[in-house]
Amino acid sequence: MSVELGHFAAILAFTLALAQCGLGFTAVAGSPALAASARAASAGALAACAVAFACLVAAYVRSDFSLVNVVANSHTDKPLLYRIAGTWGNHEGSMLLWCLIATGFAAAAARFSQHLEPALRARMIAVMGIVTAASLAYLLFASNPFLRIADPPLQGADLNPLLQDPALALHPPFLYLGYVGFSVVFAFAIAGLLGEGAGRDWARAARPWAIAAWCFLTVGITLGSYWAYYELGWGGYWFWDPVENASFMPWLAGAALVHSSIVTARRGGLAAWTALLAIITFTLCLLGAFLVRSGILTSVHAFAVDPTRGAAILAMVAAAGIGGLALYAWKAPKAADDAEFDLLSRESALVVNNLALTVSCATVLVGTLYPLFAEYVFGAAVSVGPPYFNLTFAPLMAAVMLLIPAATLSAWRRAALAPVARRLWVAGLAAVAVAVWVGLQPDAALGPVIGAGVGAWLVAGAVTDLVVRAGGRGFRPQALVRLPLRVHGAAIAHAGLGLLAIGACVELGFRREQMSPMAVGDTVLFQGARITLERVEADEGPNFYIDRAVLRLEGPGGPRLLMPERRFYPAANQPTGEVAITSTLRGDLYVAFGETLSQGDGPMRWSMRFYFNPLINFVFGGALLIALGSALALVSAVRNRQVATP
Amino acid sequence: MSAAGLFVAAALAASPPALDPRQEQRAHGLEMEIRCVVCEGEPIGQSNADLALDMRAVVRQQIVDGRTDSQIRRYFAERYGDDVLLRPPLSGSTAALWAFPFAVALVAAFALVSAHLRRRARTRSLAPEEP
Repeated sequence: MSVELGHFAAILAFTLALAQCGLGFTAVAGSPALAASARAASAGALAACAVAFACLVAAYVRSDFSLVNVVANSHTDKPLLYRIAGTWGNHEGSMLLWCLIATGFAAAAARFSQHLEPALRARMIAVMGIVTAASLAYLLFASNPFLRIADPPLQGADLNPLLQDPALALHPPFLYLGYVGFSVVFAFAIAGLLGEGAGRDWARAARPWAIAAWCFLTVGITLGSYWAYYELGWGGYWFWDPVENASFMPWLAGAALVHSSIVTARRGGLAAWTALLAIITFTLCLLGAFLVRSGILTSVHAFAVDPTRGAAILAMVAAAGIGGLALYAWKAPKAADDAEFDLLSRESALVVNNLALTVSCATVLVGTLYPLFAEYVFGAAVSVGPPYFNLTFAPLMAAVMLLIPAATLSAWRRAALAPVARRLWVAGLAAVAVAVWVGLQPDAALGPVIGAGVGAWLVAGAVTDLVVRAGGRGFRPQALVRLPLRVHGAAIAHAGLGLLAIGACVELGFRREQMSPMAVGDTVLFQGARITLERVEADEGPNFYIDRAVLRLEGPGGPRLLMPERRFYPAANQPTGEVAITSTLRGDLYVAFGETLSQGDGPMRWSMRFYFNPLINFVFGGALLIALGSALALVSAVRNRQVATP
Repeated sequence: MSAAGLFVAAALAASPPALDPRQEQRAHGLEMEIRCVVCEGEPIGQSNADLALDMRAVVRQQIVDGRTDSQIRRYFAERYGDDVLLRPPLSGSTAALWAFPFAVALVAAFALVSAHLRRRARTRSLAPEEP
């Protein structure tokens, strides 16, 4: 019964979204009553979507195997947490989550935009109505999770065991909060272009949404990357895989958007460019969904693939992209751009930042899609992997990062080099010192040395920025506390990016791995530690069997036990691995329990893979600092969304 | 996974040739550039597939035998096709791929400079404003 209620609620949400769109556009003429009903429709769509989502979650919790979707993705032995998370661990359920988040953003944007000019507000609500109606139409007509099965089985097929993990339970919601969050910015941009109002007010109103979406996307990507690190058992965290790139492209475009909107909101400049970025970013979000869901590119992360659905998403990508860009081409030349600035100025630095981020985003896009292109155009099979991205993307990002400390200390409109250089020489020395120190390590390569130096330059530059703003030589801690939140946010995010760069480059250049066949009692030496295989034991989890290796590690930091596991999920008939990680300041020692080696006679031996990942926690910690910094900037942007900053 | 395949993998994995640190570095670099042909877009350095283990052992053996990096790359490309290389070699079908980032960066730089030149006349008399 509740399944039909959910199905009905989803249909109701769809019709309310259509009503929101129609009422919004008719309210542009100025009727407050119509505008209020458009807002009410958006709130109703959210409520209906929440009911639909709750009904599907309930079906998963009850293990209602009369639903095709539950049969395909759940199992009664699965722990409650993963029965709930399983709701969005599959295509249909994740699309319902997408719709819930979209209606949530639409209702929130409609509710918290009372300071906007009424026509702009009505148009924005209408465009959000199009976004949510399209999402719900896709849900109902192409991926309906509420379909019943005629002959319900007694048991389900289980969720892919790799996805039965806390980080992966949270990864899709955060990713979708990011993707869909950019739809609000997109709606603002379209509304602004329709009404020829894509100026400072528009950017100031849209900026909090852009920052929020970008912050969520940062957290989502970090969770996914951390999951890949400890769950996939290869010691790596980022593989330049098509699905990773699919989420990374909107992140890069979103980073450009977050920065260009500073210029638009504070200075009135780059208004048209900011609107263009808003359109591009949301189109890339939809393109990401298309690449992941259609299975057009092979990927290690594609868990819910169905080529027949690709066409529908592609149509949405085309509608958002081509429609948005056409509107842009028609209206943007008329957008006012009253900011004037010199080549050496904060604005100019932000323009360079934007160009470099856009070029790196385009590079990732081309690298990701090139195998398809080469196959269709040249009939040639081409693989584009990490070496390509390391050679093209990394130098571009290094160039952006070199600029950041100087940019944050530059004046608006016209800056001079001398004062900036005078303030930054200490940071420069720190960067060189770190680069030299990394260069003195055995087997140092040029890339990691430069990368670590650039990262240190960013961290030192962020500290310098705070110190200078808190009085420079007359530095006072009270002044530091009283600095605006956006200044703290920028410094924390930039320092986080620097730490991420240091961690990524050091990890890439100095990671070590060793594969050792071990019998019980064997000892291997790895990275200054003696590691002994004490025993291999069998155990059982809630819905899986365990082979657990118990290894004793003796090394700097005292003796520890490492217990990597191999798991077997009988319901899904699939093995997985659980690595053991021990973290120190220097990095992670990481053990994966490999295959059983049949060596004829003699004792049983297992393949143990050891990885040393130096400074890997700088990568995840840095990414979290970026998210924290953007959260602080969000608070600041919410406060400033209507007050003109001097 | 056949029993024979497992045995081959086990035998090779059990006897990887001993490499000095510099050779180990080279082997690792190559393993990140060669695609595991039974996986979905993963380098052999990051795959647990039996075939990846075999391919890694081949890389290491060839390093011990004194072959250069480009000889080893060519060895794999000849057997599995160019798409075994994750760093696509420059050719007619990959020229656009490699040229793209540089071309776009040039266009961006050109756009930046021309926008500046257009703006220059207007901004000559601007006063600085502190952040």
